[in-house]
Amino acid sequence: MARTGHTDVARIPALGVRTVALLVLSLILMVYDHRTQQLDAVRSAIGVVVYPLQVVVDTPARVWGWMVDSTTSRNDLELENARLRVQQRLTRAELQQLLALEAENARLRDLLEARDRISGDVRVAGIVSVDANPFRHNIVIDVGTRDRVYEGQSLIDAKGVLGQVLKTGLNTSQAILISDPDHALPVEVNRNGLRTIAFGTGQFDVLDLPFLPNNADIQPGDLLVTSGLGGAFPPGYPVARIATVNRIPQQQFAEVTAVPEASLNQVREVMLIYMNSDSAGAADPDNGATDGD
Amino acid sequence: MATRDLRGTMIATLVAGVALTMLPLPASINAFRPDWVLMLLIYWSMRMPQRYSVGTAWLAGITLDVVQGTYLGQHALAMSFVVFLTVKFHLLMRMFPLLQLTLSVAGLVALYQFLLFWINGVAGISAPERVYWAPVLISLLAWPFVSMFMNGLTMRAPSRG
Repeated sequence: MARTGHTDVARIPALGVRTVALLVLSLILMVYDHRTQQLDAVRSAIGVVVYPLQVVVDTPARVWGWMVDSTTSRNDLELENARLRVQQRLTRAELQQLLALEAENARLRDLLEARDRISGDVRVAGIVSVDANPFRHNIVIDVGTRDRVYEGQSLIDAKGVLGQVLKTGLNTSQAILISDPDHALPVEVNRNGLRTIAFGTGQFDVLDLPFLPNNADIQPGDLLVTSGLGGAFPPGYPVARIATVNRIPQQQFAEVTAVPEASLNQVREVMLIYMNSDSAGAADPDNGATDGD
Repeated sequence: MATRDLRGTMIATLVAGVALTMLPLPASINAFRPDWVLMLLIYWSMRMPQRYSVGTAWLAGITLDVVQGTYLGQHALAMSFVVFLTVKFHLLMRMFPLLQLTLSVAGLVALYQFLLFWINGVAGISAPERVYWAPVLISLLAWPFVSMFMNGLTMRAPSRG
């Protein structure tokens, strides 16, 4: 310490010049990153280096989960097993109905000569417990381009839409949640097909629907599903349930908020939906007025 | 030998800082996370400005950009600018008593958060305000402990070599 204390009384060589050069370099990088996708290679290269660290950081949560799993008492397991069995029976019953409905739907669509709805492949991915970005509602998932993940891919959990993939790396990808303040999602009211856009608010349990006129037919408890406009999300997945509708006579639009169906801040596993490119067009009929992100 | 040992210590502390930045926290206290990496960089550039200054800060910033998925260069810019000021005033800051030093570090963290806020604003990314001011407050409280810890850590390191 004493030795450095003496030496650095001298001027640091070319500090100002170096700083200015680095600041300019940062600015160029930022603009370039904002405008183009070409820096993604650099990003995933550094991402590979950081990956072990992410695994290390994720380990305590994983170990904790494993410990909770392996120390559950037999009694609890039996209870859970019974509960799951009941749930599965119910789900299976519903599924039977669904198969019949699907067939009926296909027949009706044939009659109407409409194009088929998308039925995409689904794969399960885990969430890496790293906190991505304080400015955004992002999550990191443990699959990347190696697993054919692509940017804009939809993420759902068992109950509803979670978000979409924002940036892909080799082993991990970042996804944006629908609660991010910069996320907008084209939705429709399941009851009557009324279309609107749901915006994130920065809170996990609130979505904002600013573009519903005062006389819109909407009421608390209505289910919102993805409309498929914009092409980013396949249509028909549940998104949120209307929580409050506040009609202010003087204003043009009602204040409507909704609660996401998916448990945005407690999921450990997500499902990725693969849409094949030729049927992706079917999700995006005539207009692209709204934007999927 | 002593400096080589400290280089290892420096890298280890920065890696630990990045890990702490990624550590998952409950959403309610997530905004109240100290700027670990920045505080470490301020510490090192104040201690050894000849070795660790803007270049180190820039590399650490780029790493954070990748980890957090921000624009490449956003954290790098903010960090290298703040570290530039630290190096510029390191002789003065070394003279400061702890309270005054802590306050000036808080000032630097505030400047850093402002730069991030400003870049986000230009890029059109909106986030709740507390995401910006909460780290300043927490870093203010954390700095005395960080610097004590780091002093302890680096006191021991040279004697080993």
